[in-house]
Amino acid sequence: MSKFKKKKGGESPAINTSSLPDIVFMLLFFFMVATKMRDSEMKVRTKLPQATEVEKLEKKSRLYYIFVGPPLDDRNGTASRIQLGDDFADLDMIQPYIISINSKKNPDEIKYMTTSLKADVTVKMGMISDIKQELREVNALKLSYTAAKALDED
Amino acid sequence: MARSGRGIPEINAGSMADIAFLLLVFFLVTTTMDIPTGLQVTLPPITDVPPPDTKQRKRNVLEVLVNANDQLLVEGELMRIEKLKDKTIQHLTNEGKDPNLAVSSTDAIVSLKNDRGTSYDMYVRVYNELSAAYSEVRDEYSIRKFGVPLDKLRSEDQAKEVTDKYPKKLSEAEPVNVGGN
Repeated sequence: MSKFKKKKGGESPAINTSSLPDIVFMLLFFFMVATKMRDSEMKVRTKLPQATEVEKLEKKSRLYYIFVGPPLDDRNGTASRIQLGDDFADLDMIQPYIISINSKKNPDEIKYMTTSLKADVTVKMGMISDIKQELREVNALKLSYTAAKALDED
Repeated sequence: MARSGRGIPEINAGSMADIAFLLLVFFLVTTTMDIPTGLQVTLPPITDVPPPDTKQRKRNVLEVLVNANDQLLVEGELMRIEKLKDKTIQHLTNEGKDPNLAVSSTDAIVSLKNDRGTSYDMYVRVYNELSAAYSEVRDEYSIRKFGVPLDKLRSEDQAKEVTDKYPKKLSEAEPVNVGGN
């Protein structure tokens, strides 16, 4: 009368998979948190220029985005236009846009705010200069010409 | 009545993993973890006070001009963009040797002027070459002096010495409209 009876049938027991959902959920939550959905729908084409001297932008929450490029939809014309947030904008809307973002921010944070200028390669410098002038007037002096990292030639 | 007295049967959780995998794959695909990168510049603030009229000696200023046809003119000479970096480095490290280039590295100024019709692509490329020239001379100096490139320097003082030796005096003029739009 042994207490520890040998199990009958020598097949290997099935692997317990009951913790599999937990593991998968853990991964799932990681990606859910890490995911940032594209917050503004692109209405202009921005084929970025390439540069070797690019630096990483620190925090996405500390960025103003300005997109410049030819509209994706031909019905909006073919000349380069500015996009702020989700909509087309004119040059004189840049200042109110930045002020409205600043008003939601902590005053200490404003000096760290950087403008991420995503402009298409075909945009003319006249437009970029006008935007730069607007940014200077609203005292948003940190600017980043968003560019893709090019491979070093040397 | 084989199963009587057993209470509610257990819910089969076997498909839970499948559902979770499905969601997982969705988020895997939609996740973009690329950090935006760009050329960082600091714009000059607008002041009512006109800038001090520094009579820069012409030799201290490297004039870089880009016209509406994306042609590069350096010190009045047409130049290919591949040569711009070397020319800038030559200017910055001249230390008075060449009478047409800067007297010293601290006096050296690069003046970038472009047309309103210049393409953004060309502008970024030119700007990139100029930045590359600055970072190269700074790194070179830093390695010569401290043995490591600028971004690997441990102390603030050393980094400051390098950046003071080669200050980034890159002035940008308001774009002119010469070649039409």
